[in-house]
Amino acid sequence: MSPIVKRKGEKFTLPSKYLLLIITILCVGMMVLTFTTDVFSGPLSFAAGYVVVPFQEGITAVGTWMSEKSDELGQIRVLLEENKELKRQVDELTVENTMLQQDKYELNHLRELYQLDDEYSEYQKVGARIIGWDGGNWFHSFTINKGSDDGLEVDMNVMAGGGLVGRIVSVGSNWAKVTAIIDDNSNVSGMVLSTSDNLIVSGDLELMSQGMIRFGQLVDSDNEVAEGDKIVTSNISDKYLPGILIGYISTMEMDSNNLTKSGRVIPAVDFAHLEEVLVILEKKQSPE
Amino acid sequence: MKRNLITAFMVLVCFLLQCTVFHALAFNGIIPNLMIVLTASIGVMGGRKRGLLTGFFSGLLLDVFFGSAIGFYSLIYMYIGYINGCFRKVFYPEDIKLPLALIAASDLTCSLLTYFLLFLLRSRFAFGFYFTHIILPEIVYTMGVTLILYPLILKIDNRMAAKEQRSAKKFV
Repeated sequence: MSPIVKRKGEKFTLPSKYLLLIITILCVGMMVLTFTTDVFSGPLSFAAGYVVVPFQEGITAVGTWMSEKSDELGQIRVLLEENKELKRQVDELTVENTMLQQDKYELNHLRELYQLDDEYSEYQKVGARIIGWDGGNWFHSFTINKGSDDGLEVDMNVMAGGGLVGRIVSVGSNWAKVTAIIDDNSNVSGMVLSTSDNLIVSGDLELMSQGMIRFGQLVDSDNEVAEGDKIVTSNISDKYLPGILIGYISTMEMDSNNLTKSGRVIPAVDFAHLEEVLVILEKKQSPE
Repeated sequence: MKRNLITAFMVLVCFLLQCTVFHALAFNGIIPNLMIVLTASIGVMGGRKRGLLTGFFSGLLLDVFFGSAIGFYSLIYMYIGYINGCFRKVFYPEDIKLPLALIAASDLTCSLLTYFLLFLLRSRFAFGFYFTHIILPEIVYTMGVTLILYPLILKIDNRMAAKEQRSAKKFV
C-alpha cells in the first residue's frame, strides 16, 4: 500500500456523499422535468420495454399457466370451458343490455343523440393481457402487453367484462400502463343512466378493499335516482367515451350542503380477478 | 464489476417478483416490499455507495412503470439505501436482528413518506385507517419475506465478495 502503487492502481472514485448529492439533484431535476415536459417518457419507457416487459410477460404467462392447471385439477375441463363461454356471453349481454337501455332512454329524450349512440357499438377494440401489477399497496394500476406498436395511445379507454376498467396513462412500444377507476388518483365523470344526472366517480383506497368506489356531486333535486341504478360514463367527460358501464349505486346519502348527493358505487368489473382487458382503439375527441 | 452486475440482476428479479408473482400471493390485497428488503440489505452489507445506487435503480424501475413522476421513488429509495449503508460499521453477517430492524424501519419510512407526500397532500386525513390497513400489514409481511430473502442475498453477496478477493490476490 505504498503511495506510488496507490496512485497507479487506484481508479478515481467519488465519495458516496457527493454521489448522493449529485443523484439527489438529478432526481429533483427529473421530477420537475416530468411535471413540465415529457422528455423521459420516450427513451426510458423504450428501454424499460425491452429489459423488463419480456420477463414480465414470461412470468405472468407461467403464473397464468400454473393457476389454470390448478384450476383444472379442481374442476372438470368441460365445465371450465363452458363457464368461459357463458361468461363471455354474459359480458356481451351486459354490454348489449346497457346499450339497449341507453337507446330506450335516449330515444325518449333526445332523438338526435341516438345517432351518436349508434357509433359506440362499433368501437374497434383490441384484447390485451395484464402482465404486471403496481409494485406497492397504495395505488391500483397495471401494465398490459400491448403498446404503441399495436396502435395504443394515451387516454384510450380500457374495458373488461362489459364495464369500464380505466384508461391508458402511458405507452411504451410493447407495453402500456393503465390506471384503474378504483385507483385513489382517478376521477371519472359519469351519469345516472335513468335520469341522465351527472356525477363524479372517484376511486378511494379506503373503499378499495371492500370492492367499492365513491361518487359525489350528484344533483338530484327530484329524488328520482335510486339505489341500484346504473352509472355510465357521461357525455361531457373529455377522456372517457360516453355510455360505458361503470357500476351500480349501492348506497346514497344527502351531503351536508343539502344540494348534492354522494355515496358508493359497486363497479361492474371484478378488479380482484382481472386477467384480460379490452382496449377501445378510439379516443374521445374534444371539440375544437 | 461482476458483483455490480449480480446486484443489478437481483434488483430486476425483485421488481419482477413483486409486480407479478407476489400479487398472486397477496394476503388480503397486501404485497410485501421486496425492493426495500434488497435496498436495505445491500446497503447494510455493502456500504453507503452500493446502498444508494441499488436504491436509486430500484426506485427508478418503480418510477418508470408505476410512478407518477420519474425521480420520486428513486429519491426515497436512494436515501434509504444510503442511510442503511451508515450502519455497516455495526453490522455482523451472522446477526439477523439488525438488518431485520433496519428493513422494518426502512419500510415504515417509505410507507410514511408515500402517505404524507401522495395522500395527505391530497387531503386524505384518515391516517389511522391507512396505518392499520396498509402500512402495518405491509411491514409484517415484508418482515416475513425478509427471513427468507435476507439469508439468500447475504449468501450471494458473500460469494461474490469471496470471488473478488480471490481474483484480487491473483493479481498481486
